[in-house]
Amino acid sequence: MELAILFIVLAALFGLFMAWGIGANDVANAMAPSVGSKAITIKQAILIAAVFEFAGAVLAGGGVTSTIRRGIVDSSLLSGQPELLVFGMLAALLAAGVWLLVASRFGWPVSTTHTIIGAVVGFAAIGIGVHAVHWPMVARIAMSWIVSPVLAGAIAWVLFRSVQWLILERSDPLHYARRYVPGYIFLTGFFMTLVTVMKGLGHIGINISNAQAYAVAVLFGLVVAAIGTLFIRRIPYQEADKKEFHFVTVERIFGVLMVITACAMAFAHGSNDVANAVGPVAAVVSVARSGDVTQEAIVPIWILVLGGIGIVLGLATYGHRVIATVGQNITALTPSRGFAAGLAAAATIVLASGTGLPISTTHTVVGAILGVGLARGIAAINLRVVGGIFMSWIITVPAGAVLSVLFFMLLRWLLG
Amino acid sequence: MNPNSSISRIFGRSPVEPLQKHFTKVAKCARKLPKFFKASFVGDWDKAAQQREKIVVLEHAADELKRELRLNLPRSLFMPVNRSDVLEMISRQDRIANRSKDITGLIIGRRLAVPESVQPSYLALLSRSIDAVEQARRSVQELDDLFHSGFRGAGAENVMKMTDQLSDIEDDSDALQIKVRNHLFEIEEQLAPVNVMFLYRVFDLTGDLGNIAQRVGSRLHLMIAR
Repeated sequence: MELAILFIVLAALFGLFMAWGIGANDVANAMAPSVGSKAITIKQAILIAAVFEFAGAVLAGGGVTSTIRRGIVDSSLLSGQPELLVFGMLAALLAAGVWLLVASRFGWPVSTTHTIIGAVVGFAAIGIGVHAVHWPMVARIAMSWIVSPVLAGAIAWVLFRSVQWLILERSDPLHYARRYVPGYIFLTGFFMTLVTVMKGLGHIGINISNAQAYAVAVLFGLVVAAIGTLFIRRIPYQEADKKEFHFVTVERIFGVLMVITACAMAFAHGSNDVANAVGPVAAVVSVARSGDVTQEAIVPIWILVLGGIGIVLGLATYGHRVIATVGQNITALTPSRGFAAGLAAAATIVLASGTGLPISTTHTVVGAILGVGLARGIAAINLRVVGGIFMSWIITVPAGAVLSVLFFMLLRWLLG
Repeated sequence: MNPNSSISRIFGRSPVEPLQKHFTKVAKCARKLPKFFKASFVGDWDKAAQQREKIVVLEHAADELKRELRLNLPRSLFMPVNRSDVLEMISRQDRIANRSKDITGLIIGRRLAVPESVQPSYLALLSRSIDAVEQARRSVQELDDLFHSGFRGAGAENVMKMTDQLSDIEDDSDALQIKVRNHLFEIEEQLAPVNVMFLYRVFDLTGDLGNIAQRVGSRLHLMIAR
């Protein structure tokens, strides 16, 4: 392939651009439950986002990247003309980047995941042929878009009901918060470690047994819980009769938990959404290197790192301002609510990442917030806006598809 | 990029603070009544008119808050409490301000003086009715904690207890209303009949303050126990 270097450079540039866009815009939605609760400052949120988005992308982002790279397009049909896949993936990246720019300019809450999947399916179905698409895989992805918000909502409901039952409904919630919050911290640390170790590490070449995975997860959970308990002990105890300060102190204890949840959420977002940017890059690189589409290796780690860097760049140049704005606008999510919504969303997203399913972070977070609302946890949710967010994928998928077909034609005419 | 595309827009305004603010205004109206009556008892109509003016201003402010709350409560809002309960609460609360204004209107319009022998028992009725309003106001102040704990457990029981106490206060004020009517009945032949009719009306409206406060409490009950 004579243009191999050009293709790789183009793909890396487009991928970096899209990862930048995700870091600039999408990270704010992922971090919304954490920054809204005021448990962490904006600066801390940005630092946590930078570190854990990167870690999530590199450590657990491989599964979803593989799905986008070769799960949707039937590459066996392209063995004679590998450059079609290259043009298609480049077109998908361009289409997604452009659509996300347009959408954010007009303030439409669109999903990066839906855009890129629409774009990949679009170029394959129209540019190559309907038979070139793995429709069962596409159906699975579409199903996961319905399941993920529902699942996150259900988990959030259960979590928040348990918080109410164990802590908030008691006559001395402060006492019970000090007792049970370390348990929730353990749960968060345990679960996130478990999924990462079991599902993620394989993609970077580390394989360990289930028993070892559980042991590592328990250990990690205990360490995090111990650190959290230290911080909780430093919060001064307030007697039950000083009522105004009572719930404020309870929320400060949940604030410690919120920091852990924020890490989990950033990690989850990195693990799923970085794939949107680097999945097509991985496809282009593997074709350009081998000159054919049959290559079936794991995703090169430098591509995941590229995605992680892109997200952090987006965060540093623009995302921090969006996070600050979003954080100021969300006052309804106190740490006890933000934790339930954040952990439920993070768990759902990391689970999906482990199975290689690209899902929408925004939709999952909204589903989780609705779950807390159903447990009577949030004073007011505007259902019209919620409807708008969920409906946006009905236009986003075809929009991504149409744009990617246009770019595909253009690239084939220019370079083909 | 546009912050409108973020999910922060899904959060609507909580109805709690507007409800509380409104009740604070309304309770202030009722609390101005003793001063108004004491001025009327000594025939100081200028001072009484001043007090009435203050009540009217507060009533308007409460009306404004009511309108604002209604505007901020679209049908698409999903809340842990029933939207209709919130709307009903605020219109019941608002009636306390309206009654206070009506009472002062009747008294001032007719230069109506409560007979001296009835004054102590009338003031007792008035102060017990205001107690009921204050108790209802305190219950509404508890909404903060209820929204926080999720309407169950210790906080909800506390509010239930408060509304039970509100019923007791209202029973008291009913008894006091009977007493003040009896006192008026004993001397009514010596008074101008039309004035007597309006005095009975004033007593009814005063007792009504307690009734309405109790109805606010019962709506609060319904709101919690959805």
